[in-house]
Amino acid sequence: MPDAIVAEGLVKKYGDVVALDGMELTVPEGTVFGLLGPNGAGKTTTVRILTTLLKPDAGYAKVAGLDVVRDARRLRAHIGVSGQYAAVDDHLTGAENLEMVGRLYHLGVKRAKQRARELLERFDLTEAGDRPVQGYSGGMRRRLDLAGALVVSPPVLFLDEPTTGLDPRARASLWDVISELVATGTTVLLTTQYMEEADRLADRIGVVDHGHVIALGTADELKDQVGGDRIELSVTSVADLAAVRRTLAPLAVGDMQVDAPALRVAIPVTGGATALTTALGHLIAEGIAVRDAGLRRPTLDDVFLTLTGHEADEKIKETVR
Amino acid sequence: MNTLQMALADGMTITKRNALKIKRAPDLLGGVVLLPIVLVLLFTYVFGSMIELSGMSYAEYLLPGIFVMTITTSAQITGYTLTLDLQKGIFDRFRSLPMSPSAVLTGQTASDLIINVTSIATMALVGLLVGWRVHTSPLEAALGFLVLLLFAYAFSWVTATVALALRTPEMFNNVATIVSLPLIFLSNAFVDSARLPGPLKVVAEWSPLSTLIQGTRELFGNTSPAMPVPSAWPLQHAVPASILWSLVLLVVFVPLATRLYKRAVSQ
Repeated sequence: MPDAIVAEGLVKKYGDVVALDGMELTVPEGTVFGLLGPNGAGKTTTVRILTTLLKPDAGYAKVAGLDVVRDARRLRAHIGVSGQYAAVDDHLTGAENLEMVGRLYHLGVKRAKQRARELLERFDLTEAGDRPVQGYSGGMRRRLDLAGALVVSPPVLFLDEPTTGLDPRARASLWDVISELVATGTTVLLTTQYMEEADRLADRIGVVDHGHVIALGTADELKDQVGGDRIELSVTSVADLAAVRRTLAPLAVGDMQVDAPALRVAIPVTGGATALTTALGHLIAEGIAVRDAGLRRPTLDDVFLTLTGHEADEKIKETVR
Repeated sequence: MNTLQMALADGMTITKRNALKIKRAPDLLGGVVLLPIVLVLLFTYVFGSMIELSGMSYAEYLLPGIFVMTITTSAQITGYTLTLDLQKGIFDRFRSLPMSPSAVLTGQTASDLIINVTSIATMALVGLLVGWRVHTSPLEAALGFLVLLLFAYAFSWVTATVALALRTPEMFNNVATIVSLPLIFLSNAFVDSARLPGPLKVVAEWSPLSTLIQGTRELFGNTSPAMPVPSAWPLQHAVPASILWSLVLLVVFVPLATRLYKRAVSQ
């Protein structure tokens, strides 16, 4: 399978701030690549270079077989971009926004209008289509912005934090839309701060920190590096802590962590919810009172902590877009 | 489609976008039109009753000044809108499209011409109500409006340059107000520049706005033989000098704004 996106050794500096420091990635055609990392890790800078908005200081990149610097103009006809700042005009209606984009892709007047209607319908915006965007919800704006990226059905699509700032429901609905797109064979590069989002949408994930990829793999492979699922329990007395350790030792796939003052235990397990019910069954059988119990999946912070030794939110403030 | 056709088509698309924005957000247009209306009424009735001009009414003297003041204010919409768009990421969308890069600025300045036509028409009507009259042939009067609009278009590129250098709407508004007020008051817009004290008189007589105002007065026939034109060269040749000023502004600020635009959006 040929690669739709290839980046090698991308470097971008803003004065003393190194935004990208040897960014490498390859995305085979028809797959979804998730770039996962905190603010300031270099995700947006990468997208801006790959979409011809920014020139790298070093390194090179090809998208759809075209060099992002030398063939920038030609490349723009083959890509769609939807950013974290929904780039739509408040005073224009949804339909007018999409028509304008169609006209700027040099579709004819009629074709641009027709395409706008098709996209509004596909993104469930038909009713709102003739209202100014000013009155749209955050989720509707993002859908419209995404629709704008799809006006010419580009073979390669860049989604820069498509759901950041959305409520869970709007996020889920946008995920459905993106999944449908992917099913039609579009190559997607997605950036996100959410492990869950990368998990749900991406075939492969690159974890980014300090401007380069520090870990690469499927969602499962990354989670395995972090240690997989954990059961977290809290009990009512210190004496119970020891009992819990003894009872659940056969279930643990690694070292248990005990926080004695807080009366909490974390047990690494495999098997997800089944492991949790089994564990609770054992504890009830032993007569140990459990105040709180839950299954915890690895989060971006866990991945980060494991891979880099620092918390995702400890990162330096993002100084560049 | 060749490069020029593309630039024109994309420029028209952006112009249409901005025109729709003006239609939907009348507050911008309202501010630009209302302020000069208020000024026409204030100046005509408050100062007009006190300022004695030889051989003409104050309204006739005032209106060309108000026209010029209006276009310098309206032209600021270009700058203001650009700073707003810069903050919203819409330029990233534009730049990721296979469109002509010049279209954003040509479209923006072209749509401001629509605002300028509207506001000058409004001023002319208000002027007629307070006693302003055209005393020249329709051809000269039409030329008068064209000279005004040419300067307005050129001035939009000046505000675009300033806006792209400053980048935030707050900064732009502050600077625009601080610069444009002295610019219009240090001219022959409201008072006879010949009666200003020494250095101010020189500044006022060589100001491009004075040139344009004098040129407009001549083309509308709002002059009086009892008020001689100062000897400064641009005022003696006000109409060609106005056109020349507009061309100079375009030659300097079109490339400058274009370069600053590229720099502002490629970060």
